[in-house]
Amino acid sequence: MADNQTTLLDAAGINRSLIRIAHEILERNKGIADVVMIGIRSGGAFLADGIAQQIDCIEGGAVQVGAVDITLYRDDVSGHLPHHPVGRTDIPFSLEGKRVVLVDDVLFTGRTIRAAMDALMDFGRPQCIQLAVLIDRGHRELPIRADFVGRNVPTSLKENVKVVFNDRHQPTEVVLEK
Amino acid sequence: MNLLIKGGRVIDPSQKLDDVCDVLIENGLVKEIGKGLKAPAGTDTVNAAGKYVVPGLIDMHVHLRDPGLEYKEDIVSGTRAAAAGGFTSVCCMPNTKPCIDNKAVVSYIISKAKNEGFCNVFPVGNITYGMNGERMAEMGELKESGCVAVSDDGKPVCNSELMMRSLQYARGIGIMVISHAEELSLAGTGVMNEGFTSTELGLKGIPRVAEDIATARDIMLAEYTGSPIHVAHVSTKGAVRIIREAKARGVKVTCETAPHYFTLTDDAVRGYNTAAKMNPPLREADDVAAVKEGLKDGTIDCIATDHAPHNIDEKDVEFNEALNGIIGLETSLPLSLKLVEEGVLSLNQLIEKMSCNPSKILDLQRGTLKTGSVADVTLIDPSIEWTVEKEKLASKSKNSPFLGWKLKGKACATILAGKTVCPA
Amino acid sequence: MAEFRHKDIIALRDLTGEEIGLLLSTAESMREINSRDIKKVPTLRGKTIINLFYEASTRTRTSFEIAGKRLSADTVNISTSTSSSTKGETLADTALNLLAMKPDIIVMRHAVSGSHYFLSKYLPNCSIINAGDGAHEHPSQGLLDMLTMKDKFGRLDGLKVAIVGDITHSRVARSNIQGLTKMGSAIYLAGPPTMMPPGVERLGNVTVCNSMKEAIQDADVVMMLRIQQERQGKTLMPNAREYSRYFGLNPDNLKLAKPGAMVMHPGPINRGVEMSSYVVDGDQSHILKQVENGVAVRMSMLYHVCGGELE
Repeated sequence: MADNQTTLLDAAGINRSLIRIAHEILERNKGIADVVMIGIRSGGAFLADGIAQQIDCIEGGAVQVGAVDITLYRDDVSGHLPHHPVGRTDIPFSLEGKRVVLVDDVLFTGRTIRAAMDALMDFGRPQCIQLAVLIDRGHRELPIRADFVGRNVPTSLKENVKVVFNDRHQPTEVVLEK
Repeated sequence: MNLLIKGGRVIDPSQKLDDVCDVLIENGLVKEIGKGLKAPAGTDTVNAAGKYVVPGLIDMHVHLRDPGLEYKEDIVSGTRAAAAGGFTSVCCMPNTKPCIDNKAVVSYIISKAKNEGFCNVFPVGNITYGMNGERMAEMGELKESGCVAVSDDGKPVCNSELMMRSLQYARGIGIMVISHAEELSLAGTGVMNEGFTSTELGLKGIPRVAEDIATARDIMLAEYTGSPIHVAHVSTKGAVRIIREAKARGVKVTCETAPHYFTLTDDAVRGYNTAAKMNPPLREADDVAAVKEGLKDGTIDCIATDHAPHNIDEKDVEFNEALNGIIGLETSLPLSLKLVEEGVLSLNQLIEKMSCNPSKILDLQRGTLKTGSVADVTLIDPSIEWTVEKEKLASKSKNSPFLGWKLKGKACATILAGKTVCPA
Repeated sequence: MAEFRHKDIIALRDLTGEEIGLLLSTAESMREINSRDIKKVPTLRGKTIINLFYEASTRTRTSFEIAGKRLSADTVNISTSTSSSTKGETLADTALNLLAMKPDIIVMRHAVSGSHYFLSKYLPNCSIINAGDGAHEHPSQGLLDMLTMKDKFGRLDGLKVAIVGDITHSRVARSNIQGLTKMGSAIYLAGPPTMMPPGVERLGNVTVCNSMKEAIQDADVVMMLRIQQERQGKTLMPNAREYSRYFGLNPDNLKLAKPGAMVMHPGPINRGVEMSSYVVDGDQSHILKQVENGVAVRMSMLYHVCGGELE
C-alpha cells in the first residue's frame, strides 16, 4: 500500500455491509417479487452479483441480475479524445413494471447514476428505481440520493475512494487515496 | 554590347577549353578569350573570380504556354524564369492555343520574345496539323518562319504510318523530329508509375513498357527511313537501353532527360503529392540509376527540363484530377551540378549536355564561346547555397516538388548577346 | 490500455493493431444496442454528420446513416454523381461550403484515391471518415470483415484468409490486408494475373498464389470479391463465363478449405460469376452477418472520432 492510501474497509467489513444491504432491500421490497438488480459496470456489476447471492442465501430465491454500461450516456462525451472504452450492457429481461435496484460501488457526484437511469429508460418503464451503493463519499452535483448505503465516508475533493476487486470479481478492500 | 568578363574559370567544351581567363565581348560577339585582357574604355567589367564562365545554357524543352494559356505562364515570365535559371536560349513546345502549326503563331512568338523576352526563344512547331495526329503540318513553312524542330509533345503520334511519313518528310525539309514516346493504350488512365507505390496508394499505374515500346517504335521508324530523331524526356531503363543499342548500330538518334528523372523516384508521390505528378511519371530507383548511367556513357545527350507550368487550381485538387507537369527552369542547374558532385559527369560533360549538345542537335548556332560567335554566356556560382522559395520564383506558376529544398549552385549572371539580362 | 487518438479514420494502414482491436471491441458493445427495442443512445446527440457520397452506394451509405442516427446524431446525405472539377464544383469548394455549416463528421466516398487526405487539409476541425476512396482503402468494410471473423474464431491472429478476385481495383482487399496483417493473420491472394497489382505481396503478410485452389487450400476464411463487368470491359478477362470457371467459388472447390470455413463477400454479389448461389445461400456463408456487423462497426468508428478535441 502506498503512503497516501488508507484502508477504509477490508474484505470482511465489505461482506458485512453487503449482507446488511441485502436484508434492507428485502425489507423495503417485502421480498423478491418483481425485484431485479442492475449493476453499473464495472464495480457496481460485481457488487450486484454479490448482493444477489446474499439475497438468494437469505430468502432462498434468485433475483435476475443485469449490468449496464453508461459510457454512451455520459454527459462528458464531448470532452477530450480519447473517448472512454465502451463496455457491454447486458439486460436480458424487460424492466417493464419491475422494481429495479441499481447498484454502484462509489456514489460521488451522482452523474453516473443519472446516466444509468437514462440508459434504463430505454429498456422499459420500471415500477420504481432504488439505489444501493457500497460507499457514499458526498459532493453530490445532482439531486440524487442512495436508498441503501454500506458506509458513509466524508471526503475532500482532492481525495479519491476506490473499491478494489480481485480476479474473481470479489471485493477485497475499500481504499482512500489522498 | 560590350563586356569584359574577368578571371572566371572558362569552360567551353566546343574548344576543349577549361582555364581561368578573361572573355572580351564586343558588339554582342565574342571578340577574344585570353589572360590579362584589357577592355576598351567605357566597357563594363564583370568580376568572375571563383565562378564558372560557360556558353549560355540552352533548355530545349520548355512549355511557355503562350499564346492561349497565359494564366499559367507567358513568354515574358517564362523567359524571365529561364534567365534566372541561367538559360540564354529555350525551345518552346507547340501545345499552345492555337498550336504552332502556322507561320503566324511562329512570328508572334519570335517577335514577342525579341521585344519583351529575357532570352532567345526558338519555337518548335507541330508534327501534325492542329496537333490532331491525322495530317502533317506544313513543316516547310514552319522551318522557314523560324521553327528549329517539330514535335507534338504532350501527345505521341499514334498512327505509325503517319509517324513514318513525318520522319521521311521532315528529313526532306531538313528539320528535326522530337518524339514524345508514349503508347497510349498502355498508359491508359494511369496517373503515376506502375509499381509497388501505385499498388499501395491505390492509384492506377502507367507501366514503364508504355514508354519503352513507343521509344523502340520511333527509333526503328527513324532507322528504317534514315531520318534523325530526338527522343524527349527519357525516364526508363528500358528506353535508355534501347537508345544505347540503337546508337551502337549507327542510328541517328539523340535524346534528353529531365532533372527530376535523375533526382526523384515515385516515392515522391507518397501522400498523394500532385507536385510530383508529371508525364512520363517519376520512376523507380533502378530507372534513376540507368538514367545517370546513360548520361555518363553518352547515351543521353542533353538535359532539358520539360518546364510545364500549371496554375494552382489545376494542381491543388484530388490526385487523378491534377494536371501533369512541373516547372523546372529555375532548379535545373543546381540539380544538374549535383551530378558533377556525385561523379556521374565531369563539369565539361555537364556543360555539353546543357549547352553544346542542344545547340548542335538543333543547329542553333550557340553553345560555344569561339571567337566571332554570339556572346550568350552564363556565369555560375557553384558554391552558393540557397533554398527554393515559392515567392522568389520568377515563373508565374509554382508547381515544383523542389519547393523548400536546399540547393547548391546557381547562375549568378546570364548574358544575352553581351547584355546582362539577369540579374536585371 | 488502448486509446484511440485520431481525428480521422482514412486508412487502416494508419492505425495500430491495438487501435483496430479497440474499434472492434467497441463495435461488439454497440451491437447490443442494435438488438434493443429502442435502438438509440444519446452519445452523439447534437452532433452533425454529413454523408458525402460521390460514388453510388445504397448499402454503405444506409449503414452509416443508421449508425449515426442510433447514436442520436443528426445525419445528412449528399449524393453526387460527378466529382471532376471540370464538371462542376471542386471537391475543395464543396468541402469549404459544407464546413461553413459546421459539421462534426464527414463520411465520404470518392472515386479518387487519396481524396480524404486532400479533404482533411481543408477541414482541420472536422472528423473525416473514409467510406471508400478509389482503389486505396475502405476501412469500415475491413473492420466489419474482421469483426465477423472474430465472432466466429474468437481471435484474429493465426488465421489463413484467402481473398480471390480483382485485387488491383479492390479497396476492400487492401483494407483487409492491412488490418489482418496488423492483427497477426496471413492473407493468400488469387486472381487472374491481369488483376494482380505489382508488389502486392509487400503490402503485408501476403502470399500471391498461382491458382485459386492454392489460395483456398486449408483456408479459415474465403473472401470473394466482386468482379466488376463494367470496369473490366474486354481487356482484363475474356468474359464472366471463363472467370467463373477458374475463379468462381462453388460447393466443390469450397471443400478445399478447412471444414466449416467462413465464406465472405463485401457485396453486391454477381451470383453465378464469383460465387454460385449454392454457396451464397449455404450455411458457411457469413455474408448477411457482415452486413449486420456493418452498423455496429460504423457506430464504433463514429463514436471514437467524434466530439472530442485531441488532448
